[in-house]
Amino acid sequence: MWEILDLELFASGVRLSTPLILAALGGMFSERGGVVNIALEGIMIFGAFTGAVVAFETGNPWYGVLSAMLIGGVVAHIHGIASIRYQADQVVSATAINLLAIGVPAVLANALYNSTTVTPNIPLMLPVIEIPIISKIPILSTLLGKYSILVLFAYAMVPISWFVLFKTSFGLRLRAVGENPEAADTAGINVYKMRYYGVWMSGLLAGLGGAFLSIAHGSSYVRDLSAGRGYIALAALIFGKYQPKLTLVGCMLFGIADAFQIRVQGVIPIPTQFVQMFPFILTMVVLAGFMGKTQVPAADGIPYEQTK
Amino acid sequence: MFKKAFDVLYLPVISVIAALLVGSVLIVAIGENPFAVYFIFFKNSLFSVSGIAYTLFYSTPLIFTGLAVAVGFQCGLFNIGAEGQLYVATMATTLAAIYLAGLPAVFLVPVCFAVSFLVGGIWGGIPGFLKARFGGHEVINTIMMNMIAYSLVNYLVVGPFHREGTQILETEFIPEAARIPRMHDLLPFLPERIPLNFGFFVALLACLVVYLLLWKTKWGYEIRAVGVSGSVSEYAGINVNKNIVMAMFIAGGFAGMVAIHEVMGYRYCYHDSFSQGAGFVGIAVALLGRNHPIGVILAALLFGALNRGSLFLDLHFDSLSKDLVMVLQGTIVLFVATDKFFKQFVNIFKFKPKGEVAPE
Repeated sequence: MWEILDLELFASGVRLSTPLILAALGGMFSERGGVVNIALEGIMIFGAFTGAVVAFETGNPWYGVLSAMLIGGVVAHIHGIASIRYQADQVVSATAINLLAIGVPAVLANALYNSTTVTPNIPLMLPVIEIPIISKIPILSTLLGKYSILVLFAYAMVPISWFVLFKTSFGLRLRAVGENPEAADTAGINVYKMRYYGVWMSGLLAGLGGAFLSIAHGSSYVRDLSAGRGYIALAALIFGKYQPKLTLVGCMLFGIADAFQIRVQGVIPIPTQFVQMFPFILTMVVLAGFMGKTQVPAADGIPYEQTK
Repeated sequence: MFKKAFDVLYLPVISVIAALLVGSVLIVAIGENPFAVYFIFFKNSLFSVSGIAYTLFYSTPLIFTGLAVAVGFQCGLFNIGAEGQLYVATMATTLAAIYLAGLPAVFLVPVCFAVSFLVGGIWGGIPGFLKARFGGHEVINTIMMNMIAYSLVNYLVVGPFHREGTQILETEFIPEAARIPRMHDLLPFLPERIPLNFGFFVALLACLVVYLLLWKTKWGYEIRAVGVSGSVSEYAGINVNKNIVMAMFIAGGFAGMVAIHEVMGYRYCYHDSFSQGAGFVGIAVALLGRNHPIGVILAALLFGALNRGSLFLDLHFDSLSKDLVMVLQGTIVLFVATDKFFKQFVNIFKFKPKGEVAPE
């Protein structure tokens, strides 16, 4: 069984980390601004569905990607209105989004394509980037040679997110409303506006994560294709202490666990169903081990009533 | 009295109406007539004796899962794991009944009841323990436990306990002694094909137990105190961690009792993916029912009627599927969560109490 622990496993893990990275970075913006976003799962599903439908209908995967991000933003905005403007319980409002994500795509897929579970195959895939020199070197080519453009984008977003969060005044203000909204409000920062920005970012990125699943990794929307990745992304975020770099480590850990789980099926004499549990058990272990040690943004999840 | 009822009821009622309106927008967008759709919904669930009996049948598991979520909420915990809890408990109850075949009904039925509660309780108690001991987020952990539960019961029903000679993913049947009566046995005028069974009475009894437990015992008081404020309860000398684990155990237990309705009263065996999301509907049931047992019953009846009615959508409308119910549920949860949105309108109409000056 040891032959599965090869470079291909790593490469596959890198690919499978992509939706987690996008969703986790999105969650980071939302939660750094003080809005808990358990709706990442639902947003990813909405993104995956919309992306697949638009890519199929237009024949252009890029339109799919853009529309997935857009819908992600819109869905996140609904969560934002509920939890920022109307100070709803953020976990409840996010759960509503996740319930809608089970129902709405199924109803629409049925109306459009007469199937509640799948959309038609997308004819064209997104470009796969071959890095010129590296793809000639034996070991490195398996490791880093060929990835979808969305994979590269997701990894590029890690340092970009770090820069935005910690090196720009936007990031400072976002973190301020997540740590101490009263003080930020007094200092003249529009708390609601900053929180909306954070939530929108989470929508755009998680929507893109969904598009990766249906357009780049797969080639159609399949019911439940997100399979809990939105929640696992949150676990990676907690593991990563709400820091981009560490969150990346968390996402890669789960991505490789997922790749391992897929590749080990049938190779070792353990029933598939038990192998499939592996990433979920890992998530629980990680949460148990790291939750207490994580510095959660102080006002995360606490609604704030802005003084006008 | 009237005013109190109004205060409790107006938000849930408005939420439901608003959700039906949102649903109509979707129905119109798909190109169907919302009036026709909702008429089909309620015609088949409320306007005939068998329709009502089916509605009660579909409400029964939702009462259990609604309680499972409501008990969690009363302790400040969000139990999204009812789905996993009910699956594992149902499988365990089935296996217990099969392995204890030969025991007389007086022993077997109570043992199966206990197994359903215990196994569901343990499945819910694990996230409770992880929360109390390590601060692990119960929402994520209950969802992970759902995923693990799906795999586990799927393995058992596909592999070692699959009934021989059938393509359907089902286990062996449980012995006669482990079965509870159908409503037909009590009310002979109900057609025998209607699977409404005594599980419904067990569900009502469970609501009574939750009411007494949470509102009439010191124990329940502690659970609710933790739900209001963990830190204040801590100062008052309440063991917060113990109550978190207990509340999740009890919550999981009620979700597990779905087994009584499903296996002991209805199918007499474990059937793969029988639940179709009852655990998640429980979230909507609990929130709409304001986490109170009576509210849970009323909300479960509503969703039971919707579930029943939705079965006729596919027959009457080419482009609509029963998933429409999921949309309505999600929308209702969203509106219940954003009650402030509705309060701002209602407050305009609210009459001021006589003899009192409105506070500045």
